[in-house]
Amino acid sequence: MGAARRRKPKILRREGIRAARATFPLTQNHVNPARISKLKRLGLVVAGGTGSWAFGADSAQVHSIANIFKPLSAPAEAVYEISLLALLVCAGIFLVVGSLLAYAVVKFRSRPGDEGTEPPQIYGSNQLEMAWTAIPILIVFVLVLVTARTTADVQNHPLPEDSLKVRVVGHQWWWEIHYPDHGVITANELHIPVSSRDQRRPTALRLESADVIHSFWVPQLAGKTDLIPNRANDMWVEPYQTGTFLGNCAEYCGTQHAKMLLRVVVETPEEFARWIASQKAPVVQDSSAQAGRDLFFNTSCVNCHRISGTAAEGVFGPDLTRLMSRSTLAAGAASNTPENLRLWVQNPHTIKPGCLMPDMQLNPAEVEKIVAYLLTLK
Amino acid sequence: MPASSLNPAVPIPQAAAAERPSIPSILHEWVTTTDHKRLGLMYIMAGLLFFVISGCMAALIRVQLAFPNNDFLPPQMFNRMFTMHGTAMVFLVGMPIIAGLMNYLVPLMIGARDMAFPRLNAFGFWIFLFGGGLLYFSYLAAPGLSGAGSAPDVGWFAYSPLTGKAFSRGHSTDYWILSIMISGIGSIASAINVIVTVITMRCRGMTLMKMPMFVWIVLVVAYLIVIVLPPLTAAQIMLLLDRFLGAKFFDTQAGGSAVLWQHFFWIFGHPEVYVLILPGFAVATEIIPVFSRKPIFGYAVMVGASVMIGFISLGVWAHHMFTIGMSAMSNTFFATSTMLVGIPTGIKLFNWLGTMWGGKIRFKTPMLFCVAFLFQFLCAGLTGIMLAVAPFDWQLSDSYFVVAHFHYVLIGGLLFTIFGAIYYWFPKATGKLLSEKLGKWHFWVFLIGFNLTFGPLHIAGILGMPRRIYTYDVGRGWDVWNLLASIGVIFQAVGILFFVGNILWSLWKGKKAGDDPWDAWTLEWSTTSPPPPYNFEVLPEVRSRRPLWDLKHPTDPDWKYE
Repeated sequence: MGAARRRKPKILRREGIRAARATFPLTQNHVNPARISKLKRLGLVVAGGTGSWAFGADSAQVHSIANIFKPLSAPAEAVYEISLLALLVCAGIFLVVGSLLAYAVVKFRSRPGDEGTEPPQIYGSNQLEMAWTAIPILIVFVLVLVTARTTADVQNHPLPEDSLKVRVVGHQWWWEIHYPDHGVITANELHIPVSSRDQRRPTALRLESADVIHSFWVPQLAGKTDLIPNRANDMWVEPYQTGTFLGNCAEYCGTQHAKMLLRVVVETPEEFARWIASQKAPVVQDSSAQAGRDLFFNTSCVNCHRISGTAAEGVFGPDLTRLMSRSTLAAGAASNTPENLRLWVQNPHTIKPGCLMPDMQLNPAEVEKIVAYLLTLK
Repeated sequence: MPASSLNPAVPIPQAAAAERPSIPSILHEWVTTTDHKRLGLMYIMAGLLFFVISGCMAALIRVQLAFPNNDFLPPQMFNRMFTMHGTAMVFLVGMPIIAGLMNYLVPLMIGARDMAFPRLNAFGFWIFLFGGGLLYFSYLAAPGLSGAGSAPDVGWFAYSPLTGKAFSRGHSTDYWILSIMISGIGSIASAINVIVTVITMRCRGMTLMKMPMFVWIVLVVAYLIVIVLPPLTAAQIMLLLDRFLGAKFFDTQAGGSAVLWQHFFWIFGHPEVYVLILPGFAVATEIIPVFSRKPIFGYAVMVGASVMIGFISLGVWAHHMFTIGMSAMSNTFFATSTMLVGIPTGIKLFNWLGTMWGGKIRFKTPMLFCVAFLFQFLCAGLTGIMLAVAPFDWQLSDSYFVVAHFHYVLIGGLLFTIFGAIYYWFPKATGKLLSEKLGKWHFWVFLIGFNLTFGPLHIAGILGMPRRIYTYDVGRGWDVWNLLASIGVIFQAVGILFFVGNILWSLWKGKKAGDDPWDAWTLEWSTTSPPPPYNFEVLPEVRSRRPLWDLKHPTDPDWKYE
């Protein structure tokens, strides 16, 4: 009875922490400069900072250094906490065992005059061997418990009903992005809203693949999850800082695996709503590029690309409806400037050798017309 | 019939030493040999040859990655390089050198005249060599005999469906499948041979618990090989059926499973890592006691730990798959089993420490390599524990952190002990000592190079750099770590030059070794250097784990205490 009474508060306490985490994930893990500076002192944070930690920072800011020890999203934060624990435990073991080894190497080196004599022959010690079996077992026990807890916390985390749902389909070598609730299709640049203290706005990602295995990895937002053909995986992110986050495909997927980059644009809810609205707005026909438009629809461009509201309904290549609203071309291979677009249309393989878009053998005049048309897809 | 009653008066056939044999006759002798020592040496030499080739590929990879947006290698050529580098280092370098050490040393250590199946042994070597050649032949012939060749570019773990007909046209993937399957036959032959030899051919008095630790550990390795290679072969046959006969095992377009391949591959692939590192342990467990001048600390526990490592390693494979979307329960299970491996491994590390403790450590080159192994393997083991923490692995998996981790295992652990083994047993195999001076140059330069290359790559991984990318952009914070890593390669290459130079120089002008240059204790040091084809004139009989200690200290023999 007494034992039960003693145990109960502990359980309650743990449940309490878990509940607090689930309900107010941001109260604890939102920017904690004290912890970060401690990390810096430990020398764990190795690269330059990503700038401002102020909430709601400039959404144009690019978080280009994807340090897993600088999480800016709830699941990444949970992973970061256990990672830090594992790192510290391992660093502790390294210091202890490493110093014992170093001590033995220095202390017990043979010295001049030792030749011909042998040290005492020791065959073992049951007590010592028991000790260095038991201590690792204890350490492993602790690590298993925290692993089990964080794994379940992150994987089985219940998301609010009204979370934004996004479907991401991996292709060789680009990302197809659907917002099923909004009827928006885009590519390579994922726009999501930022969470705040009073309003959680997590995003649920449904991951699929059209060809081979890819992996969605934006280190500051969450750990990676694979996109596997014939199988749907789920992950979630909940960033609490705006800005553009960079990531990569993290499963080798063929020739251009290196240039299958990810950009996640985290915006304030207002900015995000504006972005969705702009993506959904009916496509305006710009008559200035009629020649290019005709050319586009008379060549095989339309076999692979989709432009909403037109006869172009291909699904092998990225959706081009709002091409010019994206900041990069070819899954981050180049910035989206008219010059790069010209290079790309002329021969995609100069920018991304081995990519699956063929060189269409257009003459310079035709390239100009196509580019002029593409520039109208805003 | 007791061994000692063998009639020493029976003349032992001597090689015709009077006239110098012609080169074709030497070649004929080596090609047709079934002598375990010659086969062992051929395995090691072939392994070192492949090591130099795939090491050069690694150097080219590092040149490409030294700077952001570098265009030294085009993407597909880069992808072929890392595929060939990884495949060859595992199957054509690690495996044969291990097979070579087992073949050379096991009969000598257990007091036998040869392996149990000498001709199977020769078959194993030649089929391995054929398999290895086939892999490189893909550079000439892969798309078919008419086309220009190309090597496989699917990565060493060849994940489906990238290996399916739809995404891997031509025959380069078929070359990958066939060459690994064929060299795997050699590995299985070699493993069966080791098991039978150890079980049936130990000399009188050598009970299982009086075997040298090396023999114990390679016995575990041999069992692992026999258990885990068949799943890989099975999966490769399924992949061949997919590619040639339209089966759908891994064809996701037709309802096949991409994850199935991963299970098959890693149920082989993870124990394979232990197949590679356990022989490193085996070597360290021979060298550390001899140069500390003490018996191995806690022999029985070391045996138990080796068997446990082998056993647990069969249940950890899906820790390579924490990111495929398994349930939290499965992830936790495999995280747990993986961390459990840390316990017997930790025991081993402490027992090596216990062996050195209170000793009089002689820092000859073999011991230097083993001491570096202890530190580096400690790092590798601890980063392994980090990777076992499933959520941490969601970040680290397939990043450069993993690349750094397993190179600390396979170079810092395995290759350093292989170098130690070569410095330790070269005198036995050739009768000449390797130069200590060149050996120390080799050690220190390679030590610096290795740590300079792979230490910084941990940080690149922590900063989000995925593996297997042929280039990266500026501004991701990866530049400096990659440059450091590439600079390290220069040191490693110079270290290897010292090593090769040392071998050639010592073969030519090395000091005579004598039978027992290290004042060691196991049976291989009781015969001549190099040993005669029949190994022992009179088959030995042992009473303890250190028969030569007993001989050298008749007043205080080991068997009194064991």
